[in-house]
Formats: sequence, structure tokens, C-alpha cells
Amino acid sequence: MNGAHDLGGQQSLGPINPESESSESVFYHNWEKKVFAITLACGFLGKWNIDEARHSRERQHPVIYLSNSYYENWLAGLEKLLLEKKLISQSELTTGKSLDINKKSIAPNPHKAMTIISAGSPSNSEESKPYKFNIGDIVRVRNNHPAGHTRAPQYVRGCLGSIIRKHGVHTFPDDNAKGIKSGENLYTVRFDSNTLWGQDKHELTNIHIDLWEPYLSIE
Amino acid sequence: MAELENMHDNEIKKSHLPSDLDLRVKTLETLLTEKGLIDPETLDALVDTYENKIGPRNGAKVVARAWVDETFKLLIKENCSKVIKEEFGFKGRQGEHIIAVENTPKIHNVVVCTLCSCYPWTVLGLPPTWYKSAPYRARIVQEPRSVLAEFGTIIPKEKEIRVWDSTSELRYLVIPQRPLGTDDWTEDKLASLVSRNAMIGVSLAEEPPL
Repeated sequence: MNGAHDLGGQQSLGPINPESESSESVFYHNWEKKVFAITLACGFLGKWNIDEARHSRERQHPVIYLSNSYYENWLAGLEKLLLEKKLISQSELTTGKSLDINKKSIAPNPHKAMTIISAGSPSNSEESKPYKFNIGDIVRVRNNHPAGHTRAPQYVRGCLGSIIRKHGVHTFPDDNAKGIKSGENLYTVRFDSNTLWGQDKHELTNIHIDLWEPYLSIE
Repeated sequence: MAELENMHDNEIKKSHLPSDLDLRVKTLETLLTEKGLIDPETLDALVDTYENKIGPRNGAKVVARAWVDETFKLLIKENCSKVIKEEFGFKGRQGEHIIAVENTPKIHNVVVCTLCSCYPWTVLGLPPTWYKSAPYRARIVQEPRSVLAEFGTIIPKEKEIRVWDSTSELRYLVIPQRPLGTDDWTEDKLASLVSRNAMIGVSLAEEPPL
């Protein structure tokens, strides 16, 4: 989806203005802590995967996405998923009152939650597929603009790069965001900055992006 | 243009104000607790984990070890997640597939996630605000030298910059160059020179005090 989240190469966004590392906090407000923790805790219920979560944040009007703070976008995505997966109803969300009587808890306790955190959720697969591309191959990123979730940023579509690393089969996000589990070979592709942004820059810079096989074609 | 450039500042200020967000989130928390979908104690444990237990001191230990132990450095460049799980017990969510990239006299590495905020939690904790901000995500892939200069990091034009855009579940950790004059330093002392920003690649490792 060509949404506001796909930011690589966007201009006139102004300076970074980073805080100094020593004066940072992990969270700045109590509600941010809560949004972070509720999002993780609800994720543990297994009703959605990481790409569905990403896509729930992306599916906002660009003006809203860009004017929201980071955890406001998380909150918007979380509410959307809770409604879409029918874990809550719109009237419950509005009133804050549960319509279930004596509902048995399915929430992981702290011990179970820490076990989930500590185990992680690897995205690679035991299954292997023959690689279509090899290290050193020049590939072109397909100029596709899918309406759904994708992890091929707009700024490399149609561009030429070279394969520098092969990672085996990883969960394919475009399908995963639709709740369909599939795996495709994943590669790291190197792009010369001058081919992405204009040959007159003479920049000694290379941009590396992880791209799945269906995003690529051989030149 | 000045107005546009102030937008980011305004957004930051805005994010410090909203009491309606406190209420909206509190309402959601109460609802989900009543419905048995979340356990309030689990929320506290998660916040405590990422505020106090998992953070960039983990990554600094990995970097310091790589500086003193060439074999370890080669191993983490091959399979970082497996090695640091075995050596330090650093493992789990958002650190399943870490790739360590090393700075050298000719190469400077820097990490971004242009599409969201992917970041190696197991070694760096949660990302700072600027890493998740629109200007950083937009600009670091197009004009890394100017962006690094905004962090006070000047990379000469003869030095190659390698930007790593974290579009998959692979997570990138920069091994900065070891500062000169630290030959007799212990691993623990070396770790104190490794800032979080150096492991993202927007800064260099700190110089030892004279």
C-alpha cells in the first residue's frame, strides 16, 4: 500500500532534532507505557500476526498517520484489530463497559508473557526452496503497487540492485498480513545510492534492503 | 519552509500534552481487563522489562566482546542471534535474526526502518523517538551524510556509507570502530564507550578521556 508509512526518500520533513541520548526516556507518558504493553499483551492472544499489526497502523489517512505521535498510531492500529477480530464491539469501545458477563480470562499471566517474549517468534522456515537468484546477480525490483501490505518500499521499485546475501525462506509479509501463512526466499539487495536518487550526486553510499523473491526479477 | 520545519517539533510537543489519550487508553485497559483479554500484572511486567531490564547495555557488552575477541567477532558476523544467546543469554522478541555489521576505516554503517520502526530489541531495547520519526525514516536513505551531521557525526566523502533498511524480520546491529588508546582496557571498561547511538550508526564510539 502506498501509504504515509512508506517514508524512504520523502522530502521537506525538516530536521531530526534528536534528544541527547542521556536525557531520553523509554516512555514519556503513562498512556504510552499502557499502549505498548496492551498491544504486546493482546498480540499474545494469537488472533493476529506482526504483519497484520503493521498493516493496521498503515491503514490510516496519511494526514492522520503523519500527525499522530508514534504510540497514537499503535493505539489506532490496536483498536482497529480488536474490532475487526471481534474481540470487542464498537459500543464496548465507546463506553468502556464489557457486554460479556463472567467471561473467563484467556490473558497470559506475567510468567507466560515473559516466556513468550523470551522465546521470540522466528520468521524463518525449516522448509527450503531453490533460490532463483544468487549472490552477485543484478536484479530489478518489480514495479508493483499492491493495495495491501507489502515490504518493498516505493523508493526501490523499478530499480536495479545486486544480491549480497541469501537468508533462506522467511514468512512472506504480503500474504501474512491477510492471515495467509506462506514462505519465500529472502535476500539482502544492495543499491547504489546514485541509481536511486540521481547519478549526479556521486555519493559513496550503498543502501541495503531485505527483499523477498516475489519482489524481484532477473535483469 | 520554516513553518514546515517546525511541524516535527510541534508534533513532539503535541505528544506531550494529551490528557484525552490518558482517558481513552484507561477506558480500553478497563474494558480489556473486564473481558479477560489482558492481565494488568502482565502489563506492568512488560513495561518493567523494557524500561529496566532489556536495553542498550546488552548491545554494548556484545560490542566490547567483539573488540577484544576476534573469533567472537567473526562468529557474530556469521550468526549473531545464536552466538549472543549462548554467550550472554540475549534472546527473544525482535532479536530472532540479528545481523552484525562492522565499521572499518573505509566503511560506516547506519540502520533505519523506513516502513515502521524495526529495531533489535534484545540488544538495544526499544527505539528512541527520533529513530521512529518521519524525518529520520525519510532522509537517512537519501542523504545519510547530512543526517549524520545533525547528530554531530561527520563522515568524510571518501568513506563509504552503508545504510541498512530493516524491511524484513532481520535486525541490524552496528559494531562501531574501537577507539584508539584503549589497548589495555578491560571488556567492561570498553563497554562504557559504546553508546546506543553508536550501535545504530548515527554516532561513533566515545573517545577515552585524556
